[in-house]
Amino acid sequence: MATYVFRRLMSMLMVLAATTMFIFTLMYFVDGDPALMLLGENATVESVEALRKELGLDDPFFVRLGRYMAGLARGDMGISYRSKRPVFDELMARYPTTLKITLGSTALGLIVGVSAGVYSAIRQYSLFDRIFTTISLFGASAPSFWIAMILVLLFAVRLGWLPATGSYGIEYWILPIFTMGLQTSASILRMTRSSMLEVIRQDYIRTARAKGQTEYKVIINHGLRNALIPILTMAGIKMCSFLGGSVLIETVFALPGLGKYILDSVTFHDYPVVQGGVLWICINAIVITFAIDMLYGFLDPRIRTMYEAKKA
Amino acid sequence: MGDKLLEIDNLTVHYEVNNVVVEAVTGLSLDIDNGETIGLVGETGAGKTTTALAVLGLIPDPPGRVVGGEIRFEGQNLLGKSSRQMRSIRGSAISMVFQDPMTSLNPVIPVGDQIMEVILLHEKMSKAQAAVKAQQMLELVGIPANRYPEYPHQFSGGMKQRVMIACALACNPRLLIADEPTTALDVTIQAQVLELMGNLKREFDTAMLLITHDLGVVADICEKVAVMYAGTIVERGTVRNVYRFPRHPYTRGLFKSLPHLDVDTDRLTPIPGSMPDPSNLPPGCPFFPRCTFHTAECEAGRPGLVEVSPGHVVACFNIPEAPVEL
Amino acid sequence: MGTVGKAPLDTQQATAGRARRRARKQSMVAEVWRKLKKNTWAVGSLIILCLLLILATFAPWLTPYDYRVQDYDSVLLPPGKGHIFGTDNFGRDIFSRVVYGSRYTVLIGFGCVTIAAFLGVVFGLISAYFPKLDNIIMRSMDLIIGMPTMSLLMLLIAVMGISITNLVIALCVTTIPGFARVTRAQALTIKHQEFIEAAVAMGASDARILLKHILPNSWAPIIVQYTLGAGQVVLSAASLSFIGMGIQAPTPEWGLMVSQGRVYLRSHWHMAIIPGLAIVLLTFVLNYLGDGLRDALDPRLNK
Repeated sequence: MATYVFRRLMSMLMVLAATTMFIFTLMYFVDGDPALMLLGENATVESVEALRKELGLDDPFFVRLGRYMAGLARGDMGISYRSKRPVFDELMARYPTTLKITLGSTALGLIVGVSAGVYSAIRQYSLFDRIFTTISLFGASAPSFWIAMILVLLFAVRLGWLPATGSYGIEYWILPIFTMGLQTSASILRMTRSSMLEVIRQDYIRTARAKGQTEYKVIINHGLRNALIPILTMAGIKMCSFLGGSVLIETVFALPGLGKYILDSVTFHDYPVVQGGVLWICINAIVITFAIDMLYGFLDPRIRTMYEAKKA
Repeated sequence: MGDKLLEIDNLTVHYEVNNVVVEAVTGLSLDIDNGETIGLVGETGAGKTTTALAVLGLIPDPPGRVVGGEIRFEGQNLLGKSSRQMRSIRGSAISMVFQDPMTSLNPVIPVGDQIMEVILLHEKMSKAQAAVKAQQMLELVGIPANRYPEYPHQFSGGMKQRVMIACALACNPRLLIADEPTTALDVTIQAQVLELMGNLKREFDTAMLLITHDLGVVADICEKVAVMYAGTIVERGTVRNVYRFPRHPYTRGLFKSLPHLDVDTDRLTPIPGSMPDPSNLPPGCPFFPRCTFHTAECEAGRPGLVEVSPGHVVACFNIPEAPVEL
Repeated sequence: MGTVGKAPLDTQQATAGRARRRARKQSMVAEVWRKLKKNTWAVGSLIILCLLLILATFAPWLTPYDYRVQDYDSVLLPPGKGHIFGTDNFGRDIFSRVVYGSRYTVLIGFGCVTIAAFLGVVFGLISAYFPKLDNIIMRSMDLIIGMPTMSLLMLLIAVMGISITNLVIALCVTTIPGFARVTRAQALTIKHQEFIEAAVAMGASDARILLKHILPNSWAPIIVQYTLGAGQVVLSAASLSFIGMGIQAPTPEWGLMVSQGRVYLRSHWHMAIIPGLAIVLLTFVLNYLGDGLRDALDPRLNK
């Protein structure tokens, strides 16, 4: 087991390094003059020169890359051109908002998606199944910002139950989490259904019934347990996907999250923030993927054995 | 003689797929006494597995349905029982071992726990006690008890089948149904597993319904044999009688097609033709198109079981008079 | 025995072989079509897709109004007489804008997927067939797939600048890895089959093997990926336009129209919701078709 974890950890670090290099390289070509951006248009030529020397902006590409990566290890992502404060601090100020929606919607998506998906699978071709399969394809196809607006129309405008924008209290979170939760559960329902359909056709399900096991335990302990891996993979993918696309929901609900901040930074050419922000989102995505990988090893003993055997 | 353990009486099972009715089993009757071992022989598709699943109430519905007949276990009709009643019978009074050990065990649960599961379902004991009993069962089937926490993929096919046997016998069933338990195994392992089953059967005094297409296996451990063709039993009796004096044309064809160890054969003599399509069974005897003894009667209606000697019955209108010894 | 005696025999066999292959391929396509036809909704999706393509092609002749014309007397009219979908804040007819906007969606959507499919398949084939290049190609693909799509798109647009060309480039970049992966997986499976060994033994060149043997047998997952990929591109393009990093005003792109209508959501919901409905419809149809194709092409479901 330890071998498995170690190998995945190494792999994760390599992907992190490669992603950092990729993002840094892209931004390198667009970021004209960081010193000038930091000091402002009214700065003197001498002060700009001095700052350039101080920041080592005339050093070769790889030196600057190395410096950035070393800085990353310390949590230093540079200074925002707009606010002149450390990028990392600025990101952390907005991160919790995005994180709350991500985690909340994934949890909601799993609860609703897995339950409905399992029921859909064991009652294949029933009315419930047909309706929910169609609804979930609809939900998985619709743009999140559109679903958000429909829900705002329904709950905020027509019914007046919930506030549409802002983030001053818990009721402000309900609609955003509900919106994304609904969309996530659509994808998870589809994955759960297809995974369960495959699993309940397996011989060991028949064996469990032949032992006299209750139908509930057969479906859940034997069935769902084996169907879990693709479901959790989908949940992980949706989490990563939302981290990148949170800007859409944050725009509709006027939430001060990471996505919106990065978008604004693009508009204002605040390149260190764009670089740091995208990188931070990628770091999150990579860690989530790694965590799901670890979960596989925990859930499926065959994978553990496979990785241990590879080492030998 | 006493009460029969299992009486299958005129069982008929249909499958409905895409608006086509598949007559998997038609009018099947079979008895098993306490402690008896009966072989149920037939080609693939003859309806043997369907019969076995029907006894345990495991026919998937949809698309399958028991259309007629009764299955009496210790006098009570299993087909009339509720789900809960059947669940208490499965795994404890009647157990089943399935054909493919590679896929019949849950891959993410340790083998020991899978045995423990069936124990906890039917016997009142604590988890710790059940675990101990599960370990004993492992030893009984020839697997070291310390392999309890290992997963199915860490075992070979033969050992997986032993685990299945352990699960099946853990609660001391009165009837064990084994559906082609050795078909998926290597020949050398087959012998081991069969020997194990024979020994355990004697030790626990369990009756066994052994389903197979291998006549040799039946000769090995069964006392009685029933030959199945196209969803119905065509001949039944003690292994001795049926093997030495096969009377039904199909049975005779089967034995004639077997090569003899001491006879030089250039060509085998298979039975010409093939089994009829169960979704399109002709009226009358199902073997009629391939039978060399058929008459007009055979086309019209199904023959009933006729006793040719004590305990030996044949479903045929034209049973050859002189017994042919093989 | 010179070569004269041999030549006619070779040609005969080769022609017969080609005819057989063609017949087999035709029957395969017919088989898939037959299975697909059974799925009524999939057929319906195909019909809707075709209708959309017709709409996009003949847009200028199908729109009742010019989509650019601003009519300040008819500002923010709800759906009704004269304007099926109502008008926007400049008095422009929304129906005309949606119909005309389908051109951009179709062009960008299908254009990107087609380019990405072409490049992705090439990468995938090379990766599967030349192990030395395999590692670097697949690592690059993994890198792109590992980044959340919207983030990567925003990064690329931020670096390249906002324009339609850059939008297409960015969307292609995010779509290529999907095709590369799928093609590579399929090609690897085919590569290990015996008829490839036979072709190599007969001295076929690498290019020939790739094009004539591996590629023709890899179509199924590529087609599925094409359909599903198109859906993803449509959504991504709409999302980028929604946040202002894609198509710019006054172009009637659906995502942009939703964004413009957002301000008027409370009072005039039709301006934002209706273009969004168009996006949903197109994506739904593409996804449904993709699912249907995947099921029809799945060899396991041949019962």
